[in-house]
Amino acid sequence: MFGTLVKKRDFYAGGLMTLIGAAVTLDSYNGYSLGTLTHMGPGMFPLMLGITLTLVGVLILGAAAATPLTDDENILPRKREWRGWGCILAGPVLFIILGEFFGLVPATFACVFVPALGDRTATVKGSAILAAGVTFFGVLLFSYVLKIPFPLFRLGH
Amino acid sequence: MFETALTDLWYGFGVALEPHNIMWCFIGVFVGNMVGVLPGMGPLATISILLPLTFGIKPVGAILMLAGVFYGSQYGGAICSILLNLPCHPPHAVTCLDGFPLTKQGRGGAALGITVISSFVGASWGITEMIFLSPILVVVALKFGPAEICSLMLLGLLAGSTLARGSPLKGVAMTICGLLIGIVGSDIETGTPRFTFGIPNLFDGVEIVALALGLFGIAEFMKSVNQLSEVDTKYTNVKFKDLRPTREELKRSVPAMFRGTIIGSLCALIPGTGPTIASFISYATEKKISKTPELFGTGMIEGVACPEASTHSSVQGDFIPTMSLGIPGDAVMALILGALMIQGIVPGPQLISEHPDIFWGLIASFWVGNIMLVVLNVPMIGLWVKLLTIPYKYLYPSAMFFVAIGVYSTNNDMFQVGEVVVIGVVGYLLLLLDFHPAPILLGFVLGPRFEENFRRAMLISRGDIWVFIKHPISGVFVGLSVLLIVMQVYVRLRSPKSLPTEMALPTDHHHKVTEAAE
Repeated sequence: MFGTLVKKRDFYAGGLMTLIGAAVTLDSYNGYSLGTLTHMGPGMFPLMLGITLTLVGVLILGAAAATPLTDDENILPRKREWRGWGCILAGPVLFIILGEFFGLVPATFACVFVPALGDRTATVKGSAILAAGVTFFGVLLFSYVLKIPFPLFRLGH
Repeated sequence: MFETALTDLWYGFGVALEPHNIMWCFIGVFVGNMVGVLPGMGPLATISILLPLTFGIKPVGAILMLAGVFYGSQYGGAICSILLNLPCHPPHAVTCLDGFPLTKQGRGGAALGITVISSFVGASWGITEMIFLSPILVVVALKFGPAEICSLMLLGLLAGSTLARGSPLKGVAMTICGLLIGIVGSDIETGTPRFTFGIPNLFDGVEIVALALGLFGIAEFMKSVNQLSEVDTKYTNVKFKDLRPTREELKRSVPAMFRGTIIGSLCALIPGTGPTIASFISYATEKKISKTPELFGTGMIEGVACPEASTHSSVQGDFIPTMSLGIPGDAVMALILGALMIQGIVPGPQLISEHPDIFWGLIASFWVGNIMLVVLNVPMIGLWVKLLTIPYKYLYPSAMFFVAIGVYSTNNDMFQVGEVVVIGVVGYLLLLLDFHPAPILLGFVLGPRFEENFRRAMLISRGDIWVFIKHPISGVFVGLSVLLIVMQVYVRLRSPKSLPTEMALPTDHHHKVTEAAE
């Protein structure tokens, strides 16, 4: 029984919600003043939500136990796109780092160039051209039309 | 009542026809139509991307534009479904069933022509409904006390999370997560920072732009990267003159159109049943009352006209509870409400009287926008069809830049770019676990108001939790919520697998693509 349960996707879905619910319940009970129903403190509403979420999580777990195992229970998709995922997430991370230290232009270029490489058919040249194009129009729009306070180039913080 | 509504509408046209508002409306519907056509981009991601750009413009223009993106994308989505068999937008998934066979028979152009007509008919009815229904709703809603508002929100949240796609339990779980994310930040009454993990940047709460872009931008890109195959452009050669339907096709579609419109407008009134459910129900109805139900799926023009009309009538009707009660029915409406709140406008029944320019201007702009869309779609069909061929590998990297700069520009704070990355990863994890993140946004937008009204109701009733049942109007809402839960449990127990709605709709467009390729 438990052996098949841990293979199910909903076991993890329900488990995650139960954990979050329990954590919120405990934290709002211990960390914040609850007050009374008439004068509710900051902890009361989250406590109620936490308890409800825990219950819903347990219900999802229960539903998982009650339904038969299907063949599609893998959580990760069949084809793992580690490169794609990594490149997409690296985009905004590079935007933060390059933006803080070198300015908008390098940040924008990296934020388009690296995610573009995440596609399996992408070439360095094609991605660079795309990144250059987006940088040009992006800088035009945000720096000159919308005037956001972000230097185009800078060195150091 | 009738006359005031018409006078107000006249005033609304005055607002909507101001040159800069026409411009924003045009930009909105144009961008909307464009992303509707582009496979892999949806109105949710687009509205989230455009949201930070609207901070600098006046509230009326901002709302006209964002709303335009939403209904504009519905026009574009139909092109994608009919010509490519790609249900990029859930409401148009059923249109594929008969639209694509028509394309194969060489009548794709006519199907598109019928779609434009049905869309306009459906939208016009939805707008009319909004004009006359909203003021009535407002008169009722202004009498609501905190207890009533609270139960109404409860009903809206429950309907929004259980009637949408996927498992209702998971929908409820997502809504609660959204409510919890809404709590992050300083408590309104005592100022205590809650769930901020000691990070000062979180004292103001989670930024709605970061939340929306993480969930509907980054998480979606991670899901779709390398998954969308090259589109088959064999059938996409459609020209202006192909759009004209034959007399017989028109004769068959007109009654279907009106049936679809009625179904859509009824669905719009129930919170949570947005355009997707409306289009499915109308397709099923059309099939049931047809004399030749076995021919559906082989290219029946009714199977295109009816769901399209109902989608559009429900899309416009969706704005009714959002604008008149301040309670959004789905994630798109939650975003539009969020945009209003960023502009410093308090949503709720007082909106129409306090900001008539926004409300009536929006309604009038629906008409202006829909006429623009007809004009955009009919002679320029060739342009949209060409857009279909833009590969996803150029789209999502460009969108990544808008995600990063958009989040940054909301507060000129790099911390929020980090926030969007974290939310994106969490959102993708939730997608992998079969959660649909849309209700998170619903909970997030309503959360703070829900808590405030709940506390106020408790204060007034001196801690009596039964006040929600004792007040008759509030009791009705609570009763409806209970009924909703009981109904869901009943349906699940009878057919434990899944609701017919989900089976008929391809949940994931990738499957559909592979099927089509085989």
